[in-house]
Amino acid sequence: MKYILMMNTMRAGQGVPEWPKKDLQAHIAFMMSLNKDLRESGELVSAEGLSFPDQAKLVRAGNDGAPITDGVFPESKEFLAGYWIVDVESPERAYALAARASAAPGPGGKPLNMPIEVRPVMSAPPREML
Amino acid sequence: MTANSWGGTSEHLLRELAPQVLGTVIRRFHDFYSAEDAVQEAMIAAFMQWPQDGIPENPRGWLIQVAARRLTDQLRSETARRQRETATVVEADTISPAPNITADMDTDDTLILFFMCCHPALTSPSAIALTLRAVGGLTTAEIANAFLVPESTMAQRISRAKQSIKASGIPFRLPTTQERALRLPTVLHVLYLIFNEGYTSSIGSQLQRLDLAREAIRLTRCVKALLPDYAEVAGLLALMLLTDARRAARTGPDEELIPLTKQDRTLWDRSEITEGIALLTAALGKGSVGPYQLQAAVAAVHDEALRTEDTDWPQILALYDLLKRMSANPMVSLNHAIAAAMVDGPSKGLELLTTLDADSRIAGHYRLDAVRAHLLEMAGDHPAAITHYRMAAARTTSIPERNYLMTQAARLVES
Repeated sequence: MKYILMMNTMRAGQGVPEWPKKDLQAHIAFMMSLNKDLRESGELVSAEGLSFPDQAKLVRAGNDGAPITDGVFPESKEFLAGYWIVDVESPERAYALAARASAAPGPGGKPLNMPIEVRPVMSAPPREML
Repeated sequence: MTANSWGGTSEHLLRELAPQVLGTVIRRFHDFYSAEDAVQEAMIAAFMQWPQDGIPENPRGWLIQVAARRLTDQLRSETARRQRETATVVEADTISPAPNITADMDTDDTLILFFMCCHPALTSPSAIALTLRAVGGLTTAEIANAFLVPESTMAQRISRAKQSIKASGIPFRLPTTQERALRLPTVLHVLYLIFNEGYTSSIGSQLQRLDLAREAIRLTRCVKALLPDYAEVAGLLALMLLTDARRAARTGPDEELIPLTKQDRTLWDRSEITEGIALLTAALGKGSVGPYQLQAAVAAVHDEALRTEDTDWPQILALYDLLKRMSANPMVSLNHAIAAAMVDGPSKGLELLTTLDADSRIAGHYRLDAVRAHLLEMAGDHPAAITHYRMAAARTTSIPERNYLMTQAARLVES
């Protein structure tokens, strides 16, 4: 069963770029080792980190179909920072992985306990239905 | 013969034969689209049969025969289908099998394939995929894995590339000497892109990923053997070897990026450096100096310095001066500014950067911020350096690079 684990973070201010070097390195090392474990356990389908939110644009089609972009977002908005797609035995395992990611170390090495949204990934219909 | 002893050499042999076999089959059947599939099937058959039966006496002939048979069968069944559909009775055996096509083998076939796959009519991603598959003899799954895209996506990309070649009616023949000079830069650019993809993504424990940098080197060696008189081909091969030589020193134990100036130079691959320098020296002696040779020369100057402080920056600056005159590329200007800062001090480098702010090709690119941050740090302006390290971190699309830039900013905050 596949699940997507979506990591949401707040915008600038408490953002990662302002952390002290030691905490930054601990955070990076934590994420590296999580990804390594997931690869080695054969549960990782894919994982992507996203650019910082100041690179984000909201795009809509205008009347003529041309893109209309909007790029200034309120400070308080939560942004998707990255995601994992895992293939696991049970929802409990997906939740356990999400909890591990959630506890990634932040400033002073304290767990961030950030919210991780976990949702099943839709799959192709079973063979009988084809 | 055991499967193990079979593995290394024969896989190498198969990959070497792939473009030659494909070239011959295309010339015989005039159909790149079907020939390519047939040759892949023949390669798979060889992978299955050779470990058990041993390598045939004439492996190339064996592969050509198998591919030709597949293609003939396919054409026959298509003819039969068409006949059923039109209900006309024609002689069934309209396609003559190929009894002895090993005789009309031509080493130029591999070169024609290179020019075909790296055709200017194709987009870069298409040309890259097609080159790896048709000339490199890689499977679609291997290529997809190397670029981290689903296999179906890569299969579609290759299929579209083949269709474009079919639709464009590009003849399967060797370009004339004149055409060759015009088209060679496209071939070299595709190989350069493959190398870069491999080199930049080699960061991190990309388990079981195909080594694209090594594949690019192998293919460039192949072009070099086919076109020994083109100095830029040798220049590109030298550039790849002189860059690849530093691979082991580029990342630390936790997969973090280590910049050139901080690398443990004892980890550099001396044999690659020696070969690269020999190639470059021979190429420069031929007289027609091009951008690849100059970039290789810069790489050689770095590689020759046993310690960072021994780097011959005036020579690097002179090489970038030449490169800048040869191609008006903002990335060259950026490197030129770094060299100028190392020779004449950071303020000279920063002054050169201001001209790049007006260049829309690079303004807002993270590399400009990263270089500016580095030069500001050299100049002792730490607050401005921190700002630019962070701006660069926000703009890069590479996670190891972002981590590196954020760490640089944090280091300065604490100093």
